Amino acid sequence: MTAEEICTKVNGTLAVSAEDAAATGVYVGDLLSDIMGHAGEDCALVTIQNHLNTIAVCTLVGCSVIVLCHSRPVPPDMAEAAAREGVAIIITPLSQYATARALNDLPPSEH
Amino acid sequence: MDSDYSPTILQGQQTNDDEILAKTPPLDPRALGGDSSVIIMELLQRFKVRDVMKRQIISAARSTTLREAQRLMRENRISGLPVCEEGRLYGIVSVNDIITALDNGWIEDTCEKHMACNLVVLEAGMPISFALRYFNNYTYGRFPVLDSNRKLVGILSQRDVMRALLYELSVEIRKLERKTSNNAPSHATSEHYFRREWAVVRNDLSRAGHAANDIKGILRERKVDRTVARRVAVAAYELEINICIHSHGGVLVLLISDDTITITAKDRGPGISDIEWACRDGTSTANDWIRSMGFGAGMGLSNSKRVADEFDIQSEVGKFTKVTCTFKLSKPEQPANGGAA
Repeated sequence: MTAEEICTKVNGTLAVSAEDAAATGVYVGDLLSDIMGHAGEDCALVTIQNHLNTIAVCTLVGCSVIVLCHSRPVPPDMAEAAAREGVAIIITPLSQYATARALNDLPPSEH
Repeated sequence: MDSDYSPTILQGQQTNDDEILAKTPPLDPRALGGDSSVIIMELLQRFKVRDVMKRQIISAARSTTLREAQRLMRENRISGLPVCEEGRLYGIVSVNDIITALDNGWIEDTCEKHMACNLVVLEAGMPISFALRYFNNYTYGRFPVLDSNRKLVGILSQRDVMRALLYELSVEIRKLERKTSNNAPSHATSEHYFRREWAVVRNDLSRAGHAANDIKGILRERKVDRTVARRVAVAAYELEINICIHSHGGVLVLLISDDTITITAKDRGPGISDIEWACRDGTSTANDWIRSMGFGAGMGLSNSKRVADEFDIQSEVGKFTKVTCTFKLSKPEQPANGGAA
């Protein structure tokens, strides 16, 4: 599923777009160690962690779509790093659970 | 009129570079992780204003005329002249004061009458990093330096700081080069081995993950199996974050041999008193701020242990923690016929 399709499903806005950004599954988490240890490659990460280090984790686990819940804003350094690393960021007003339900078509992604 | 005035040397003689270097202790070698920014930060903290300032002070008395002050400034090629008697600083006469005096016809007046009295001064014991902030915040090219008794003991210019830092950096770079050639394991120079290390700075979360990201890139370039590369990246990231948020700083080392990849994280303390407890899932000493960023879940060591084929941790309270994760590389299968077509 492309980042644009995910964006539509979660009623979000695409804050940072990235070419070829897509996901084959979903992982929900706010603890970076948990995401680092368990998120599967090519997942969409549903989180509230709107900072630079989330991009570092996504780059390391091979995730190219982040969905930021509760309309959390994207700080400039995070947007810059995301654009550089090819990670799309979607902002949604939904909670993590509501976002996960909206992305029900995608399977859970776990490493 | 003070026509017989001669420059006052308030204290000591001009210190040359060798003396500066001789009296400053060497950098903490544990900080020499090969990252120049760390070395510069260490230098800025270690050097005090008194180590770098000029101690030979050309000064005027309050009764010195501005014309005499002009001569002193011209002959000594300085743009500001402290007005001082018996170590007590009264003011400063600048080139602008001289120009104004010439324009307005009061060049024969005394310094006391026209000198600037509201002065920004440095203290001899301040770190150089503090002095650099002064140079940034004010437009002055030099500052008078006072000791703890409020006596004038030196002058610090930006040039003094740059000269000392450049000299010291060249010394440290030579030390680093020597250290690298002496300490590197002999096999690290072999074409079958690869070694690289990264300095990790305490609480610098803006750079946290850089080393792990570099390591993942190196493994990708070397076409290491994706699953193994991910496990190595997980351990590298967790150990890098641990150094960043729990320690006083340290280094992360990657060593690749023919059949193993080793990640070693060594920090400079504070050490772990109960290693068994620290390795349990969910145990952490991280503060609320760190937790709010999504760190400090207490999974760092357990995640590293889980992904590694071999895991070792050593620690001494107050001194260091060293964690080593080893990953086995499976060799490409050789065709049964030895590769013949």
